[in-house]
Amino acid sequence: MNRFLFLTFNGLSFGAVYAAVALSLVIIWRATRVLNFAQGAMAIACAYVAIAVSTATGSYWLGFGAALVAGFVLGIIVERTVFRSADRMPTLNTVVVGVGLLILIEAAVGIFAGAANRDFPAAFSTATIAVGDVPLLSPQNIFTLGSVLVVMLALGALFTWTPTGLRMRAAALAPEVARLLGVKVGRMLTLGWALAGVVGALAAMLVIPTGLGLFPQAMEGVFVLGFTGAIVGGLESPLGAVVGGLVTGVVLSYASGYLGSDLTLVAALVLLLGVLLVRPTGLFSPVPERRV
Amino acid sequence: MATTETTRPAATAAVSTRRQSWSTLVRHLALLAGGVVVVLLITGWFDDFANYQLATLGAYICAVAGLTLLTGTSGQISLGHGALMAIGGYTVALLQNQFADHGVTGLWVLPLSLLAGTVATALFGAAFGVAAARLRGPYLAGATLALGVALPSITSHFEVFQGDQGLFVPFDPPPAGLGDDFSLEHWQAWVSLGAALITLFLLANLQSSAVGRHMRAVRDDEIAASLAGLSVPRTQILAFTISSAAAGLGGGVFAFVLQTASPGSFGLVLSLTLLSAVIIGGLGSLTGAVLGSVIVVYLGTWLTDWIDGLGLDAGWAQNLHDHLPNATYGLLLILVMLLLPGGLAGLLRRIPRPRSPRRPRVGRPDPPDQPAAADQPVPPTAPPAPTTPPPGGQA
Repeated sequence: MNRFLFLTFNGLSFGAVYAAVALSLVIIWRATRVLNFAQGAMAIACAYVAIAVSTATGSYWLGFGAALVAGFVLGIIVERTVFRSADRMPTLNTVVVGVGLLILIEAAVGIFAGAANRDFPAAFSTATIAVGDVPLLSPQNIFTLGSVLVVMLALGALFTWTPTGLRMRAAALAPEVARLLGVKVGRMLTLGWALAGVVGALAAMLVIPTGLGLFPQAMEGVFVLGFTGAIVGGLESPLGAVVGGLVTGVVLSYASGYLGSDLTLVAALVLLLGVLLVRPTGLFSPVPERRV
Repeated sequence: MATTETTRPAATAAVSTRRQSWSTLVRHLALLAGGVVVVLLITGWFDDFANYQLATLGAYICAVAGLTLLTGTSGQISLGHGALMAIGGYTVALLQNQFADHGVTGLWVLPLSLLAGTVATALFGAAFGVAAARLRGPYLAGATLALGVALPSITSHFEVFQGDQGLFVPFDPPPAGLGDDFSLEHWQAWVSLGAALITLFLLANLQSSAVGRHMRAVRDDEIAASLAGLSVPRTQILAFTISSAAAGLGGGVFAFVLQTASPGSFGLVLSLTLLSAVIIGGLGSLTGAVLGSVIVVYLGTWLTDWIDGLGLDAGWAQNLHDHLPNATYGLLLILVMLLLPGGLAGLLRRIPRPRSPRRPRVGRPDPPDQPAAADQPVPPTAPPAPTTPPPGGQA
């Protein structure tokens, strides 16, 4: 039972990171119909910015802020350059452009920073605190869960209650009508990419200190699992992304704890196929009607 | 999705008489014979290292040709073909070890192992294809990505695969009849390129057969294809099976060339490299598959040779040496997709006949608002193009 509790909380903590990655993917997917395969690579580039700023200034939190700003700027740059004409491309082409960007960014990071695995400081201690005699969470885990929760609430508030959020939803759902009504659609889509960049950078800052280390390919595994979360939840729904990410984290934690850590990725595959075979567009997406 | 013109490629391709199909077979046989002659000449002329690279190229060509059939002709994306190659590679490794342990030798042993690897991968591909046929676009991309990452990781769970270290692949030396100075690399290049030629020959025939037509019809418009009496899932599963078979053969050859099957050589990087080769060469084109494979096998070597000759200081040279080839692939992928969707093969097609009537371009159907006479200037009063993405591209 103690082990079960530990695995559950551990899974929730990692699941929060997958949920953040999934959320960043869903924001972009809903806005521009692009599945951004470069999300993890963009996030890792932001983590390198963070460590450069931290080293230069000596302050962890300045580096943390710099990573989020870098995510915002990188999101804008990527949308404005390679994905500007994405709405006129078939899905396959956008996937390939994303994969190309993934390879390019990881290689560029390798050229400028080297491929060596670097230590990356955590915001808080990563030693697990025991409640009674049950080891549950580390302060870093609590920070992870808390900051992802804050980001989700902030994004939810932005989309639900602010005029900007309303414009963004309008631009994503009905671009022509929104444009006729005076919404600057292109700018809203760019803003969506920028916000997704921030969420992705946050995920990298949270997950890299927990045993991952910093190297150019560090986010590949996290990206695949965040992607799994987004697909399980359904790409149309931000709530689905959060639930899908948490479910992925918990299921993988159980698989790793009870079956063996080398079966984690296999568990992800089984989870993904199991959900998709029952609901081919994820748990929270409406089943699309076929149009002739 | 809004579709009006998309059945055209299938419809025009359907005009084929028996005589034409005979001439197609004869043409492919002639190309095969020409390929054999070229391989014999080149491998005899090259040194051992160049032949080893050729052997690697052959393995890539098998898998890339299979992937271009799946993604280009049938319209299903796969980000996990490296994992399918792993199945072929490990099957060959296990069988070759069994043969070696029991002292079985002979010229038929290696082809039998390769065939078994091909069949095993095809069976797996058929099973996965059943699931894949239910998925579209990003969901299929996600499922195949998870497959590509998860499958190689299984090897560390079971003792028989010997973890990260992988399996050694023993095989007989080149036949004694070829002479004493016939090197191992020369033999590897023969076997590998032979497998590539057989794969290309079979897939070329398939693409110009009724089955290939069915696949293109399903790719261009699933609803129209099913109204015409085709079973969409069956066609897609068949495409996945055949593509997996080619990937399995490529994986088996890859293990034979590397003389080892290990999870590291079949990881996500390999899957993405295969996709790069397909896209850079030209989606759906077997010529493109060969050109793309040449690019991904040789471009890295050319670039690293070039960097090493520049005389930069050690740190920079090391970083550039390790990462510039990948940066170039990534940039090429983006540029090809944005500027040259037909890839190198599309470029080749354009050169000899710049004004020929527009043929249906594989993998990138014409936008729905452009009927056959697409070269005419659009009048200024034309309605704006619909923002729905062109059909058929959804993988």
